[in-house]
Amino acid sequence: MRLNLTVNGRPMTADDVWEGESLLYVLRERLGLPGSKNACEQGECGSCTVYLEGVPVCACLVAAGQAQDREVGTVEGLADEDELSPVQRAFVDAGAVQCGFCTPGLLVAADDLINRVPDPSDAEIREALAGNLCRCTGYEKIMEAVREAAAEKTGSSSEGGRR
Amino acid sequence: MDFLRPADWSEALEAKAKHPEATPIAGGTDLMVELNFDHRRPEILLDLSRVEQLRQWSRLPEAQGGVLRLGAGVPYSRLIDEVGAALPGLAMAARTVGSPQIRNRGTLGGNLVSASPAGDGHPPLIASGAEVEVESARASRTVPVAEFFTGVKKTVLAEDELVAAIRVPEATGPQQFSKIGTRNAMVIAVCTFAVALHPRRETVGTGIGSAAPTPRAASEAEEFLAAELAERDQWRRPTPLPESVVDRFAELVVNATAPIDDVRGTARYRTHALGVLARRTLGWAWEEYRNSAETAGRQGCA
Ligand SMILES: Cc1cc2nc3c(=O)[nH]c(=O)nc-3n(C[C@H](O)[C@H](O)[C@H](O)COP(=O)(O)OP(=O)(O)OC[C@H]3O[C@@H](n4cnc5c(N)ncnc54)[C@H](O)[C@@H]3O)c2cc1C
Ligand code: FES
Ligand code: FES
Repeated sequence: MRLNLTVNGRPMTADDVWEGESLLYVLRERLGLPGSKNACEQGECGSCTVYLEGVPVCACLVAAGQAQDREVGTVEGLADEDELSPVQRAFVDAGAVQCGFCTPGLLVAADDLINRVPDPSDAEIREALAGNLCRCTGYEKIMEAVREAAAEKTGSSSEGGRR
Repeated sequence: MDFLRPADWSEALEAKAKHPEATPIAGGTDLMVELNFDHRRPEILLDLSRVEQLRQWSRLPEAQGGVLRLGAGVPYSRLIDEVGAALPGLAMAARTVGSPQIRNRGTLGGNLVSASPAGDGHPPLIASGAEVEVESARASRTVPVAEFFTGVKKTVLAEDELVAAIRVPEATGPQQFSKIGTRNAMVIAVCTFAVALHPRRETVGTGIGSAAPTPRAASEAEEFLAAELAERDQWRRPTPLPESVVDRFAELVVNATAPIDDVRGTARYRTHALGVLARRTLGWAWEEYRNSAETAGRQGCA
C-alpha cells in the first residue's frame, strides 16, 4: 500500500508498505527517522514511544495500515530548529543519558507528562515512565531530569501568566 | 494481505459478514505482538480503530437501571478518566494494565476477545454482572461476561460476529480489585480477585482471574456472604465482619478455582495468594461500606 501520514507536522508518504508491519518499522526503515528505537517489538520497553494523534503509544504495536492519514510525533520533532526541548535539555544537564537507547522513548513519555501535569509528584513521574525501561542509569538521573524539566516548564508558563 | 478500513459500525459488520476470516484489530496490543513475531499472519486485517461508535460510551436510559454501555474500543486510559467514578472496580483493574502506552491503546473489547485467563478486565466485569453486546450483520445478542469465555483464548463469538460494547451496571456500593505480580507495572497477573458489594440488591459479586482456564465468579462465596449479611441485618446496620465469616468467604473463593503451575507461579502459590486477596479486598470493601453507612446514618439524624 501507499501510506500517507503526517510526521512531526510534515506530510509524508511511503510506498510498498505491508499493512501489517509496525509503524515503528515504517518510521525507521521507510521514512529515515531512526530516532524511535526498536528493542523488544512487544510493547515492553517503551523505546519506540511516539505520539499518535497526540497520545503516547508504542509504535511497535501500531499496524502501518492503522496509521493511514494519522498524525505522528517522534523524538525528532521535540526540538525546534535551534533549541532542544525542555526535557531534552534537562536530560543532558542531569546526565540522564548513558548508552542512550532508552532515551528517545523516555523523552516522548516525559514530554507528554510535563505538558499534561503541571508540577508532577515523584509518584506521578514514576507512573508516567513505568512503560519505559532503562538498563543503564538506575533511573535516578532520569527522575532528576524530569523534575527539572517540569519545574522549568511551570516556571516559564507562570512567568508568562504574570506578564 | 488485505487491510479493511471500515469507516463506521455498519461497514465493519458488513465487512466481517463478507470476510468472516478477517482478523479484527483494535488497539493492536495483543495482535501486533503476534504479527511482529510471525506467530500469526492473517490474510485480512479488519481495522476497527476508525469506527467512532466503538470509541464512545453512554448511560443507558434509567429504566434499564443505571447501566453504562462502554464501546468495545474505548481505551483503558479513557475508561479510568471518564467512567472511573461510576465503575471503580473496573478502573482499578484498568490502572494495573501494562503501562501508560499500553493503556492508551488497549481496549476492553480486545481484552475480552483475546480471552487470556489473565485478562485483567474480566474479573471486575464479572463481579459487576456485566454483559457483552455481540453483533453481526444478521443479529445482535448479549452474553454475560462469565459465559463469554469457552476456554483458554476461546470465546462464544461466531465468525461473523464482533463485540460492539460492554454493558456494565453502575456501582451502587464499594468495589475492589487486587492483582498479584512481580512489580507494579507491566505485569501479567499471577492471579487477580475482584469483589463488588451491591447493597441495593443485597448481593455480593466476585470475579477471579488467572486461576482457571477462564475467569469466573466464586458463586458459593457470594451466596454465603450475602446470606450471612442478610441474617445479621448487616446491610442496614453494618458492624465489623467476624473473622470466621471472612475466612469462610476466602475458603469458598479458593474452592472455586482450578489453578495450574506455570512460569508465573505454582498452583499452590496461587491458591494461597487468592485466599489472601479475597480476605483483603473484602476487608477494604466492607470497611468502606461501614464508613459510608455511618456517614449516611449521621446525615439521616441531623
Ligand atoms: C506490554 C504489554 C502489557 C500488557 N499488560 C496487560 C495487563 O497488565 N493486563 C491485561 O489484561 N492485558 C495486558 N496486555 C494485553 C493487552 O494489552 C490487552 O489484552 C488489551 O486489552 C488488548 O486490547 P487491544 O485493543 O489492544 O486488542 P487487539 O490486539 O487489537 O485485539 C486483540 C484480539 O481481540 C480481537 N478484537 C479486538 N476488538 C474486537 C472487537 N470489537 N470485536 C471482535 N474482536 C475484537 C482481535 O481480533 C484480537 O484477536 C498487555 C500487552 C502488552 C503488549
Ligand atoms: S520496541 Fe516497542 S515497546 Fe519495545
Ligand atoms: S541509558 Fe542505556 S538503556 Fe537507558
